[in-house]
Amino acid sequence: MLGRFLDSDVFYSFRRNPLAVGSAIILVCVLIGSVFSPWLAPTNPFDLASLNVMDSFNPPAFMPDGARANLLGTDEQGRDVLSSIMYGTRVSLFVGVLAVAFAITLGVTVGLVAGYLGGFVESMLMRITDVQLSFPSILIALLVDGIARAVLPRELHNSLELYVLIFAIGISGWPQFARTVRGSTMVERNKEYVMAARVIGIGSARIMFSHILPNVLGPVLVIATLSLGQAILAEATLSFLGVGLPPTEPSLGTLIRIGQNFLLSGEWWVTIFPGIALALMVLAINLLGDWLRDALNPRLR
Amino acid sequence: MFAFIVSRLLQAIPVLLVVGFISFGMFAFVGDPILFMLGQDFTVEQKEALIRQLGLDQPFLVQYGHYLWAALHGNFGMSYRLARPVSTLLLERLPATAELALSAAAFAMIVGMPLGVYTGIKRDALSSRLILMFSLVGVSLPPFLIGILMILIFAVLLGWLPSFGRGEVVNLGIWTTGFLTWSGIKALVLPAISLGLFPLTLNMRLVRAEMLEVLRSDYIKFAKARGISQRAIYFGHALKNTLVPVITIVGLQIGGLIAFAIVTESVFQWPGMGLLLVQSIGTADIPVMSAYLQLIAVLFVVINLLVDLLYYAVDPRLRIGRGGGH
Repeated sequence: MLGRFLDSDVFYSFRRNPLAVGSAIILVCVLIGSVFSPWLAPTNPFDLASLNVMDSFNPPAFMPDGARANLLGTDEQGRDVLSSIMYGTRVSLFVGVLAVAFAITLGVTVGLVAGYLGGFVESMLMRITDVQLSFPSILIALLVDGIARAVLPRELHNSLELYVLIFAIGISGWPQFARTVRGSTMVERNKEYVMAARVIGIGSARIMFSHILPNVLGPVLVIATLSLGQAILAEATLSFLGVGLPPTEPSLGTLIRIGQNFLLSGEWWVTIFPGIALALMVLAINLLGDWLRDALNPRLR
Repeated sequence: MFAFIVSRLLQAIPVLLVVGFISFGMFAFVGDPILFMLGQDFTVEQKEALIRQLGLDQPFLVQYGHYLWAALHGNFGMSYRLARPVSTLLLERLPATAELALSAAAFAMIVGMPLGVYTGIKRDALSSRLILMFSLVGVSLPPFLIGILMILIFAVLLGWLPSFGRGEVVNLGIWTTGFLTWSGIKALVLPAISLGLFPLTLNMRLVRAEMLEVLRSDYIKFAKARGISQRAIYFGHALKNTLVPVITIVGLQIGGLIAFAIVTESVFQWPGMGLLLVQSIGTADIPVMSAYLQLIAVLFVVINLLVDLLYYAVDPRLRIGRGGGH
């Protein structure tokens, strides 16, 4: 399996593309650093006992009066910024990945059903998709989050905030998948293997999900990569606006928002370093997505 | 032409109805206005009287009709948080957002188009490649981060420009403008640039791609052969022909700019509709949210319609295509 992958065209074009290799290396580092943050981070930013207010606002280690223990400095409560970033990246990635998974599930189902069944169902579903696509997705995510805030009682909402965000961002991202999958499903529907399956009496649901689905997943993979970047940015934006994750469970966006308060007084590192981490991660994901799109598209080879 | 407008309008109506339905659903199923309006102490009779007075005992569809009728007359109810009419609140905030979005769009066009022409003409020069690379990095940076970086550089380190607010504004009856005072213009610079950077890169890439396309065409070759000056060729002939798609994109951008202004307004504490929306979401202020949603929907429909009409007016092929009965 691995040998076949290493011999494939896709891996060859990957090796030939320094931008893609660089992005992949950055992403692997981010993944390891964030997923294993409880073991790798210098300190645990949530362990209140380990915090010392005397350590607050230490500048980064490379600055004249920086402390060597805090490579990227400390925030207003004396938390190590590097550790906060590692823990925050984990939250951002978690929300991003689950939101994209939710968007894929919803979008692929809608696309398959619309493309395969056609007729009235198709025009209804595609009309909804078009309407949603004409609004910026960040606006949709904001409003869904706002409605959830109004529907759920306050305590319940606070404990569910993470899942509300995943839901809101996922809802704002599904139409892209629906549109693409519908297009490829309409092509697949008329192929012989689908006819054959229909002739021997297999049900629509089974044809859609076990026969057509595997054949339309290529473009979904590309959109999923690019969507992951957008979902992480959307989460960061919502958290930055103060309607995302609370300071008790900070993502990168929350860290940037809290840090912004200290920008005017000169403690720039509290907000700039999480910002750089976010931008690097998203840039790497986008570059990898661009490469994947070109690599999987045989016309461009 | 007339049939085209009518068909476009007919397509827009369901969209507006659906958005109106969602906003009404927010009212009908989220929170209890009766409890909100009566406060702590009330009798059963008081409650029932209020329900009848507000028409809440009527069927769902009748209520929906009443809601749409009121919305058409600009009545969106009272804000839960500020206890003032939502329409007044939005109208007060509209000038700030409109001036920000228009300035950003102007910036994106005035800077983006020449850059696009330049990178299109000198496609292999190092400077063009650098500009394109920077634009890629700029697109990957989240908008709020660009705003924060600009505050750090121009407000904190250099101290040239204010980091928040709208400066002094002049009240012109129903419209307040920041264009007429020096402090208003200074306050506008950072937010407008940070909001305009993303559309700027889009404009640039679009103009560049169109320029590359047009410069390959026969009439440019003939113009060169006839010895017409470079300047006249590039700006008189080539740029003019790239403008059709650019107009469309710029038009469509304005709607997006108003939506993305939500983020910019929060970074710079700009007192516009976006900041109002974010504050309302934080406090679950349903009337403001639903009114904002409808306002944006109407705006998008109007802008899409105008762009379609512009397309129709500029590109004769569309007219022939329809006349031919395709």
